[in-house]
Amino acid sequence: MSLEVESRKPVVSEDGLPVEELVVNVGPSHPSTHGVGRFVVHLDGDVIVKCDPVIGYLHRGIEKMAENRTYLQIVPLTDRLDYVGSMYANWAYCRTVERLAGIRVPERAEYLRVIVCELQRIASHMMGIGAAAADTGAFSMFLYAFDLRERIIELFESLCGARLTYNYVRPGGVSFDAPEGWFDSVSAFTAGIDKTLDEMDSLFFGNVITRGRLKGIGVLSAEDAVACGASGPVARGSGVNWDLRKHDPYSVYPRMEFDVIVGDNGDSYDRGRCKLVECYESARIVDQCIAQMPGGSVKAEGLPRLIAPPPGDAYDHIESARGSLGVYLVSDGSPRPYRMKVRSPAFCNLALTSKLVAGHTLPDLMVVLGSLDPVFGEVDR
Amino acid sequence: MSPQHDLNYHLAQLTSDLDARISDHFEDVVIEISPLNLLQLAGELREIGFDRLGMVTAVDLGDEFEMVYRVTSRALSSSAFVKARIGRVDAHIASLCDVWPAANWQEREVWDLFGIDFVGHPDMRRILLPEEWPGWPLRKDYDDPNVIHRPDYI
Repeated sequence: MSLEVESRKPVVSEDGLPVEELVVNVGPSHPSTHGVGRFVVHLDGDVIVKCDPVIGYLHRGIEKMAENRTYLQIVPLTDRLDYVGSMYANWAYCRTVERLAGIRVPERAEYLRVIVCELQRIASHMMGIGAAAADTGAFSMFLYAFDLRERIIELFESLCGARLTYNYVRPGGVSFDAPEGWFDSVSAFTAGIDKTLDEMDSLFFGNVITRGRLKGIGVLSAEDAVACGASGPVARGSGVNWDLRKHDPYSVYPRMEFDVIVGDNGDSYDRGRCKLVECYESARIVDQCIAQMPGGSVKAEGLPRLIAPPPGDAYDHIESARGSLGVYLVSDGSPRPYRMKVRSPAFCNLALTSKLVAGHTLPDLMVVLGSLDPVFGEVDR
Repeated sequence: MSPQHDLNYHLAQLTSDLDARISDHFEDVVIEISPLNLLQLAGELREIGFDRLGMVTAVDLGDEFEMVYRVTSRALSSSAFVKARIGRVDAHIASLCDVWPAANWQEREVWDLFGIDFVGHPDMRRILLPEEWPGWPLRKDYDDPNVIHRPDYI
């Protein structure tokens, strides 16, 4: 990307006086861009005229790298996509491989996958809300959120040994069964979460300063959300009732009771609060999974060490914390995929930035970015 | 199921001169279409309720590229793949930005990594790689001298 910005253009204001358009470069190493995103913002006074996101600073070519790796070797690569929600990319990829190769997954593994992904949803939303709160100056909320997230990461650490890049969901099952007493620890965690979330809700979203800062900022209409490809809390905050867990059910979600959380106004406040309220539902799903947990193996029987699916293509997707995360695989019959494509929800949601911030002030860019919650590992791939 | 909610009922209504071949694949419908009729097909799909464009990507098949689109209809609770094959030399296809604005960044990504031009796209620039990057990395014949090839021992 070239570092040159367009030269300043004189603009004639409504009262006939010449004013100058100011170009401000935000990022790529700016704490409020949640990673390495760069935003070239054109300002008229304090008001954003145009905002051009420049992405690709974390582009590692994971889709190209996948073409030279076996199907099992790609799972650790998918960890590096959405690095605050690795379980999702693991699972979306493994679902596509299982569909392509016709692998049946044992039921206990499916339940474990749902448990880790719902815990991951809480952890990821805590990261999103906490960072967005810190951007607006609410630092105590950041500490509450990261305390909750840390406890989930400790649960994952005792499950699979890793804190961020789990490599836990594998084609045909999961890598390890839950250790002794793990379900009790998870139950103890979910038993206390409602009280913590209530506290956070009143601390941040009930706060009059937060309301003044977030309400009415970056309004996205339901029609635009659907047409522009938004998904996850970004679409649901605008009132689009679309959740793959409910509307294209996969795994054991049809057996779970939960509500899809939908906002009304489509502003930053609704998007943020959608995430927080979703955490209650995730905890409900985890409790139901533990109650229904069947016995048996967590790995598919008779799986070859080198998976070589028949020639063809397949697509499968799951509802990640950021939206519908899909993986498209093309096989030519060899043990390595011919082509892998990751349909990243953060990429599609970030495309809305310029639409949402136009007409707002520069500090509102941070509020909108916090509510879109992009993770640049997934945006840039 | 009433006909208004049946995908096959709607697909049968597609204009016959589109010459679309419809087949089933892993619970999804696959619509194969000539690139010349893509824009018209997209408009008709949007009319019958496919309001979301989920994914745009391409596959390098050697002598030609296959464009793959995945569209979803919330009203019909179904998804469909649209596939169109285009020639390798001067690869180009119609942009779907006017039908689904979601295509904007995804088509830029395909341009960036495959070098397929989208005719009618409002902002056809590279998106992930620098503007001066040589070549199109996801093409199978892309050869970067800095890449060390893994020996074929598996």
